Amino acid sequence: MTVDAVAAARPVPEPGTTRRRVFDVGFRLVALATLCLALAALATLIYSVLADGAGRLSWEFLTSYPSRRASAAGIYPALVGSVFVIALTGAIALPVGVAAAVYLEEYGTHSRLARLIEINIANLAAVPSIIYGLLGLGLFVRMLSMGQSVLAGASTLALLVLPVVILSTREALRAVPGSLREGSYALGATKWQTIWYQVLPVALPGILTGLILALSRAIGETAPLITIGALTYVPFLPDSIWSPFTVLPIQTFNWVSRPQTAFLENAAAAIIVLLALLLSMNAVAIWLRDRVQRRRAS
Amino acid sequence: MSTTGTGTPRLSLTVPGRAEQAESQHPVKIAVERLNFYYGQKRALENITIDLRANVVSAFIGPSGCGKSTFLRTLNRMNDIIPGTRVEGTVRIDGVDIYDPALDVVGLRRRVGMVFQKSNPFPKSITENVAYGLRVNGLAGSRAELAERVEQSLRAAALWDEVKDRLDESALALSGGQQQRLCIARALAVRPKVLLMDEPASALDPIATQHIEELIYDLKKDYTIVIVTHNMQQAARVSDYTAFFWLGKLVEYDRTERIFTAPAEKLTEDYVTGRFG
Repeated sequence: MTVDAVAAARPVPEPGTTRRRVFDVGFRLVALATLCLALAALATLIYSVLADGAGRLSWEFLTSYPSRRASAAGIYPALVGSVFVIALTGAIALPVGVAAAVYLEEYGTHSRLARLIEINIANLAAVPSIIYGLLGLGLFVRMLSMGQSVLAGASTLALLVLPVVILSTREALRAVPGSLREGSYALGATKWQTIWYQVLPVALPGILTGLILALSRAIGETAPLITIGALTYVPFLPDSIWSPFTVLPIQTFNWVSRPQTAFLENAAAAIIVLLALLLSMNAVAIWLRDRVQRRRAS
Repeated sequence: MSTTGTGTPRLSLTVPGRAEQAESQHPVKIAVERLNFYYGQKRALENITIDLRANVVSAFIGPSGCGKSTFLRTLNRMNDIIPGTRVEGTVRIDGVDIYDPALDVVGLRRRVGMVFQKSNPFPKSITENVAYGLRVNGLAGSRAELAERVEQSLRAAALWDEVKDRLDESALALSGGQQQRLCIARALAVRPKVLLMDEPASALDPIATQHIEELIYDLKKDYTIVIVTHNMQQAARVSDYTAFFWLGKLVEYDRTERIFTAPAEKLTEDYVTGRFG
């Protein structure tokens, strides 16, 4: 009979499983709902920023100095300052971070000291950024008399991203096949030669990916730079590592705190520029990582 | 690839009389005495004493995990890079104790070359692969000298004719067998005295394997070769002496034709006739 056939095709669930299956489906729906909530919040944010700021975006906005009149104000010094500070941050964090990771991964892997350092690096990655700002103020601005310069800002941000750079570099070093090291040692290469000629070139794309992702976090940092005393009104371009500066997040912060709505539009436009900068950095990182994965796969 | 048969293994390259000659012509190159090797607490090699002769091919055979690869790697101190390992006993190469704390390990590895089970060319050009050992040892010299050494090494590894038109291409574009010969060329470039080969053909097809075996046969004129293999026909084809390892011990070591035709130990006979392993 047909009823029997249907029953045979769709077996009755065992008693006691119904509640568990309902829970299973329910959990899936809750998870989906929270995901939608998070995405909706992000979409709303981007929409409102675009709606407020898109009208202000123009070549003049990118190339003008700040002004008391909102319609004449631009982000030129802040944009140049952001790019300058981040480039210098990378230039400081890369060699220091890679050297530290090479020590931990290749030389000190099993020493107690290395393990102690390792735990503390993970802890450092979780320290609030304003603490780094205070450290930068005390160490770079005052003790080393760098003043409120691009160098002091970049040094502070370099400290901030260093833990992340070290951790991602270690990952990249660990992914280099051991057979490559053995092949190099077997030819009479020293440890240093093996690391320099074989391990680092293979790990480089992974290292750079980690660096860029770390820098794209640093480019949005405001607190540590305000702490070290970066300026909020800069009608000139930073022309050396010793010159005072401002960055996009600080310029935005400044504009947001003004009462006039025209300045809020400027702030929104500055946020769009910052987001564009950030997304293009992430795109480069993803492109690099993809290239590595494709090379490993082949 | 051929597997362990039950019949008498072929001994095509080991002509009777050759080995007897060898004994008088070929002095001891590597003298190992009471060698123990530990991975942490676990003893992987027990009391190995063996004399390996110059300019012959010595093969190590035995079931997986018997310690033959571990032993091979003690001969150029490759095990040093594995943490938690320990060595007791002596290994003398040309009379020099290679575990002497004052010995320069980097120099040792230049004199004792190694080819691995899985070919591991560097992700660089063919030329750069061969030149690397010369560069790191400061033997590179002028560009012309370097190019000549690269060519010599590739010829010695029977690879020159196949790659001479694409020396600047990536080594990773070569076939598996070519990659393995490139690794041999790379090892030969620094002019070692001893060449250690850890199952050099186990990942290759029969034709590539034949190439490697012919190459090994040619190379023994100039080098002392030690090869680990779990393919007994291969040991019988290419080697002059064979050592049989079992559970970290050296069970028997003799001229290859004796190991395969009239072994002294029952265990060896059972293994080479395929009764276990």
